Amino acid sequence: MLTQLAIWVGGGFLASLALNRALPGLGTGRVQDWIKNTGTVGMFGYYILATVLVLLVDYYVGFLMGANMPEWFKSISLLGSTRLPFLAWLLHGIVMFGVAGFIFRALGRSVGTELSRKMFRQMPITASFGILTILIYVIVAVFADIIAPYGQAEVFDRINLLPGGNPDLGGDPSHPLGTDQIGRDLLSRLIFGAQNTVGIAFVTTCLAFFIGASLGFLAATLGGWFDQFLSRIVDMLMAIPQLIFALLLMTIATAWAGSERWLITIYMILIIAVLDSTRVFRLSRAVGMNIVVMDFFEAAKLRGENLSYLVFREILPNAYAPLLAEFGLRFCFVFLTIAALSFLGIGIQPPLADWGTMVKDLSQFINFAAFSPLTAALPLLAAGAIALLTVAVNFVVDWMLHRSSGLKE
Amino acid sequence: MAGIGLIIIKRLGLGLLTMLMVSILIFGAVNLLPGDFAQAILGQGATPEAVQAIRRDLGLDQPLVERYFTWLFGVLQGDFGNSFAELNFSSYGGTTASANFGSVADKLAPRFNNTMFLAGVTALFAVPVSILIGVLAALYRNSIFDRVANITTLTSISSPEFFLAYILILILAVLNPILPSLSNIYDGMDFADRLERSMLPALTLTLVVTAHMMRMTRAAIINLLASPFIEMARLKGLSPFRVILFHALPNALAPIINVVALNLAFLITGVVVVEVVFVYPGIGQLFVDSVKIRDIPVVQACCLLFAAAYILLNLTADIMAILSNPRLRHPK
Repeated sequence: MLTQLAIWVGGGFLASLALNRALPGLGTGRVQDWIKNTGTVGMFGYYILATVLVLLVDYYVGFLMGANMPEWFKSISLLGSTRLPFLAWLLHGIVMFGVAGFIFRALGRSVGTELSRKMFRQMPITASFGILTILIYVIVAVFADIIAPYGQAEVFDRINLLPGGNPDLGGDPSHPLGTDQIGRDLLSRLIFGAQNTVGIAFVTTCLAFFIGASLGFLAATLGGWFDQFLSRIVDMLMAIPQLIFALLLMTIATAWAGSERWLITIYMILIIAVLDSTRVFRLSRAVGMNIVVMDFFEAAKLRGENLSYLVFREILPNAYAPLLAEFGLRFCFVFLTIAALSFLGIGIQPPLADWGTMVKDLSQFINFAAFSPLTAALPLLAAGAIALLTVAVNFVVDWMLHRSSGLKE
Repeated sequence: MAGIGLIIIKRLGLGLLTMLMVSILIFGAVNLLPGDFAQAILGQGATPEAVQAIRRDLGLDQPLVERYFTWLFGVLQGDFGNSFAELNFSSYGGTTASANFGSVADKLAPRFNNTMFLAGVTALFAVPVSILIGVLAALYRNSIFDRVANITTLTSISSPEFFLAYILILILAVLNPILPSLSNIYDGMDFADRLERSMLPALTLTLVVTAHMMRMTRAAIINLLASPFIEMARLKGLSPFRVILFHALPNALAPIINVVALNLAFLITGVVVVEVVFVYPGIGQLFVDSVKIRDIPVVQACCLLFAAAYILLNLTADIMAILSNPRLRHPK
């Protein structure tokens, strides 16, 4: 207890000292100025204040969650109480991600071209956190084969190994997250889940955009009965809630696929792409309508340019910004729809590892939370992976929309 | 006032037309199935005679258009046909596929009530809370409260429903056993019990819907506060409280009603996943189960029901908007 206190106080003092000395080197900004003006002692004061505040909140939340605290405060809490590891993980996660986003932004401000530096300078912390997270996901997804210790369908002899890798508690160091009910390594499956779930969602979104945007622009350019025809079809498709319609079509798809289970995944991609392209169609048609009435478009038309030139060279470059923001949002929706379908058991099919199915398969473990928090965290890990990516994309899209709309508020 | 009546009747007509198109779409989609119902019921080893018999029983030997109208008129009278799963049972039991055996409507009715109960409880929580938070966030925009509300709601919108559901189970059912994590609801339960059992699913749905509603309410109010008549009221020197209560709120009612109706429509998708997580015996659960065993008539009926609710709520939002905003009554 005493050593802990010493570490806390000493570490805090060192940290405030380091912050004061090091930060001005990273450039100037409001935060840096503030830190410089406050001085080392002032910073330390804030640190103590923050600590006391955190401890108060900690005690209160701990009380709410039913942990009977003192003994003295379970040796300065957060990690102390056995019931609170989830909260502790959450807090640590948020702080870690916040710091990572901050460092990433500081890095982007000092490295790179003038343009990218300027972009990072204007970026809020949420957006830099979002970009960093997306980057990590992309790297994990692309290099899953190298990162993952085992293959996604590799089956081991020892089933239901507990996570943690401690042999005394029923774990195995070679399977840090344990194995599932038929003996597949969960860490590998989690990593491959990035490849499959994110990859399939990405392909689906691209397909939806290809279909929706090209038809939308065509409708805007051609107008007349073609426009009317497509718009009415889209109206009709949008009258049924998307997930419900997807479920109905998946019933038919499973009948078509018969015993060839992998076909179901392909059908799912097609079904969701078509259903989602309706939204893209609406947007790109609206954007296209505004471009079609411009003078430069009129001029191109009078020059006698053909249809593909009009769509891809005149409309597309001018519709780029709203479409890109929409791409982020649509990706989130597609990603969540696929995860929901997989969770319900009719999405991505077994040999492929994916997060939605993992959540479903591991969901019973949540009942062990009081005894083995790590085991209970497994389904939440997969679900959290889904949530984290969508949150990250949403943050970035929010920032992009804010920037392109020129809102300063 | 005759104008309003006409517009509403027109909207209702449009809604009916949409419903009709949707029913055609659903019916058409189901008929894309390879083989037909008879084959699906009997499976691979069916003799041609048995297939013929069932085809005759179900009226599958009629042309497609005629079958559609038979089905549609049945639906209009509350007859959704018979469930395949039950038909299977009856064929094993040696009875023929009679008209009154295991009808879809019988299966749907109790579950429909359950789902409506869940939706009702959710709405009861979500509507006041989200409107309150939304209005507060709009009034104190760009404050810490607004930022925190913004980030929290964005996170809860972005998370899949099952993630929120399991987090709630973890906190409220496993770590602190306050609420039951499974909602087994049966007929003849007393109200308090029923409410307790459906509390967790309702809370999950509340989280999802509140986020949407709060953000939309905030946007609507901010829009309103920027309008000239609010500025006028402020310049007259009225107290902020008075400005909000007597000038802003009556005008904000319209967008808020609209927001509520639209988000209740959004609830429909959420219901499916949440009911599966909590094993809540509602329509969503039935829908997913039927999709898995390919019980086509049930799937068809559930899909139609969800679509109807969706269209109805959107229609309500539309009509409310027209009623509350006179400008919409005179489209250019």
